[in-house]
Amino acid sequence: MAFTPENLLLANEIVARYPKTKSAILPLAHLAQDQDGYLTQDAMREIAGMIGVTPAEVLGTCSFYTMFKRDEVGRLVVSVCTNVTCLVMGGPEVLEHLEQRYASDKEVTIEEVECLAACGNAPAMQVNYEFHESLTPGSATEIIEAYKAGELTARGVSGGVAGGGQG
Amino acid sequence: MKDEREIVTVTIDGIEMQAPKGELLIRVAQDNGTFVPRFCWHERMKPVGMCRMCLVEVEGVRGMPPACTTTVTDGMVVNTKSETVKKAQDGVLEFLLINHPLDCPVCDRGGECPLQDQTLAFGPGESRYVEEKRHFEKPIPISELVLLDRERCIQCSRCTRFADEIAGDRLIDFGERGGEMQVITYPDDPFTSYFSGNTVQVCPVGALTAKPYRFRARPWDLSAVETSCQTCSVGCRGSLESSSNELVRLLGVDVEPVNHGWLCDKGRFGYEATHAEDRARNPMIRRDGSLVECSWPEALDAAAEGIKRSLDLHGPASIAMVGGSRGTNEDAYLWARLAKGVIGTDNVDAQIGDGLPAEVVLGLPGATIPDLDEAAAIILLGPDLKEELPVLYLRVRRACVDLGVPILDVSAVDHGLSKYASATIRHLPGEQASAAREISAALAPLIDGRSGPIVVVLGRSDVATSAEPTVAAAAIIREIPNTRFLVALRRGNVRGAIDLGLAPGFLPGRVTLDAGAERFVAAWGSAPAEVGLDTAGIFNAASEGRIGALILVGADIVNDFPDRRLVRAGVGGAGFVICINATVTEAAADADVFLPATVWGEKAGTTTNLEGRISRVGRKIAAVGNPMPDFRIASELALRLGTDFDLETVEEIQDEIARVAPAFAEVDAQLLKRARDGVVLPLALHRDELVLEPRRIPVIDFSWEPIKPEGPGEFEVVEFEVVEPVLEADASDEAAAEEESALPVDISNGAGLPDAQLFVWSAQHAAQPTPGRDNYALRLSAGRSLYDNGRTVASTPALRALIPAQTLRVNPSEISRVGVADGESVRVSTARGSLVLSLTGDANVPAGVAVMPFNIGETGVGDLVDVSLVVTDLRLETLR
Repeated sequence: MAFTPENLLLANEIVARYPKTKSAILPLAHLAQDQDGYLTQDAMREIAGMIGVTPAEVLGTCSFYTMFKRDEVGRLVVSVCTNVTCLVMGGPEVLEHLEQRYASDKEVTIEEVECLAACGNAPAMQVNYEFHESLTPGSATEIIEAYKAGELTARGVSGGVAGGGQG
Repeated sequence: MKDEREIVTVTIDGIEMQAPKGELLIRVAQDNGTFVPRFCWHERMKPVGMCRMCLVEVEGVRGMPPACTTTVTDGMVVNTKSETVKKAQDGVLEFLLINHPLDCPVCDRGGECPLQDQTLAFGPGESRYVEEKRHFEKPIPISELVLLDRERCIQCSRCTRFADEIAGDRLIDFGERGGEMQVITYPDDPFTSYFSGNTVQVCPVGALTAKPYRFRARPWDLSAVETSCQTCSVGCRGSLESSSNELVRLLGVDVEPVNHGWLCDKGRFGYEATHAEDRARNPMIRRDGSLVECSWPEALDAAAEGIKRSLDLHGPASIAMVGGSRGTNEDAYLWARLAKGVIGTDNVDAQIGDGLPAEVVLGLPGATIPDLDEAAAIILLGPDLKEELPVLYLRVRRACVDLGVPILDVSAVDHGLSKYASATIRHLPGEQASAAREISAALAPLIDGRSGPIVVVLGRSDVATSAEPTVAAAAIIREIPNTRFLVALRRGNVRGAIDLGLAPGFLPGRVTLDAGAERFVAAWGSAPAEVGLDTAGIFNAASEGRIGALILVGADIVNDFPDRRLVRAGVGGAGFVICINATVTEAAADADVFLPATVWGEKAGTTTNLEGRISRVGRKIAAVGNPMPDFRIASELALRLGTDFDLETVEEIQDEIARVAPAFAEVDAQLLKRARDGVVLPLALHRDELVLEPRRIPVIDFSWEPIKPEGPGEFEVVEFEVVEPVLEADASDEAAAEEESALPVDISNGAGLPDAQLFVWSAQHAAQPTPGRDNYALRLSAGRSLYDNGRTVASTPALRALIPAQTLRVNPSEISRVGVADGESVRVSTARGSLVLSLTGDANVPAGVAVMPFNIGETGVGDLVDVSLVVTDLRLETLR
């Protein structure tokens, strides 16, 4: 989807901030992801046009960062760590449970990630980049349900304030 | 370019070497005979230090720097063969091979693969890696021409850097950086660069393969010959390779003054046209209204008879010759001698109404391609180089982007180089002269103290506008001090054909009929006195019944000439038509005699590029069937008209040219054989550019540490060499050069012939006004697109699919003015005719202009242009 008129103004402002327009690829990608929920192909093409590079170059840059989602994701992105400490403390069990529980829930996307640097209270997960630690399959489910019910407030999928900013 | 850097002394592996300060260590080592292994470093691209294969030890430097990113300093002591270096090389190769599939037996690169070669020479021989390798779907097409095998890729970034740095088409890039790093294109946005084939050539593994060559041959089954591409007039040097008498590929060879090793895809893959199904294999004559195959003597007798009849009845001026810009110089010379020396007509034109008058081509002070690099500024007033002369586009782009030469763009519409221009003068098609008057003022701020010549790339930007406005502009620009011209004509050897007299008013060697009369009467026995007709004049005369015999040499005249109605009337009106071609074209189908000719790859000789540089063309395969080279056909016709040329070989023709054609003085067979990068005419002005030695890469030490596998058996010492493809001609050149290097260039040529003055364009050109455009009309700009219905593309399976769809591009405001939707069909009418075409809006097209490439689609520009008019104005009507 193309940038909305307000976001287009903001996008032009972002481009103007940099001496080399190419530097605006990442903030513009954040803006597009916050607007559309994920980084669409149309958005990457539009970004390329705005800063005078090829779409391949935008894709090449954005595909490095796992925080840019190139496929549609739910409102809540849950990142479960399965690196060494979490592996020992039950991370994979949490992951497996959540994957099964939310397999058909379009609002929630579960992903496996590398170390979140929360080994002290493993296993850990993030919900839209908000940390939750010392989990069990049960407590992890409760936390997600709390977000779904609105008891906890989620950030945007890029980790920024929900619905705005460029992360 | 002169190297003015300070010279320093470096010691590499104990041997002292002199090198310019700041030069890359890997290059200094290589130039002095020490090969440092590498994958990512390429001589024509910026170093990146990605593959780590060229790690060396430098005394006093901690760690091991890569030789490709290290510059030499005075007193530097380098070790490229120590135990430590060897260990590093083993390690790097072991890592590179972790994910490499080792499918060499089925890989196209196997046998000439840098990874294979360097693993053998520098690698550990064994891997400790036992885990599963990375897997990808293989191979995936990244364009119509190139396929990508991501498993084989070692991520050297040569292809992505080529696309970005050299071609300026960054349609491929690395994606998924990390463990899954791979070359990507954007979805639905394939790698449609005109230069994509170069990425296949520079790939150091078999990750990128070209569709036409895949699985066609193994490198050790190929034989190669050195040649020059004749697809366009840049004349890129290449190595033409065949297997079982079939051309299978053309590789670019790095020649400093011309192509730097690059080729465009049309040139690279166009060899397939040689094997087209519709090649004519036998001569034909018209019997009972249709062409039937016959023997050569029969056909030649019939052709000579037709010429003789016209000659006897109406005199030499009733005979005309059109074409001849696709052959070799030797072909062109004998066609010129046949027409002008034997028949006695000057109605001869190699250009097909889409170039510039020969006075302008021959008479302007010439520039060379390397002049672009040292220019104070480059003025572009001519065709879209990216579409018509792609490798010249690369050189102009490099001069601008890498060397900072400013570009002044004088054009009617945006083209491939517009975005690099420092200043732009826009004009309506046909208003080149008034635009040229603004050049001086626009140039001053660009030059801003820069020294060097001003190089003007001058040509016809489109075929819907006559040559007149460009000629007028040239007359104005020539008055700007220090300008030199690269005349951008398109066809392969058009410059050679003009240089050798296939133009009205000129004799071989850049002399006018008057200036050369005495000389050529002495050499040939006779020469025409009256200036003849150009191609348009010939077709006009023929359509009025004034041409008794028309000789068409090559060219698909009906599709190549801008005015289709005139050419059809001309061919139809000529008394007797002789057609020499590789296929039976539309005009050939109406011929009285058809003579099949051999084409590029099937005959040896020389070709002249747009600089006036003569370089060798190689013969790689024998023609199938009975086609003959043009020069033999011309000789046979001359014999039947009573003149025995007595020239049996290409070398004999070259020697005769050197003897009789003034601009070719000294340029005989021996010099042409020795001149590595070709000979720029006239030799007197370019003598110091001659390189008579073959390129040699010195080798200090061939005995690399051999691989010692564990277990029984010993490998022999492997002699390892990574160089450009070895060319057959080089080997013989080397021997010849050694024999002859002591001899001075023979300057006894032409002795005994009268002097002749080389032509200089001196006529004061009175610019004729271009008619104005009324507000309801659009002015047509019909340039060329690289892929069109021309024979090379249409007969090449790999390229045919790339011909763009026909559409008329106009400013979006025009679409709304006509009141149709984008993409809708409209009726397009000119003074000449009308067509139904789809209309596309394009904000880059200025209002008042309509853009459509020439020779696309069944009907097109050729049906709209009247060559007697200066410009082509058109009107649009809705069909509703």
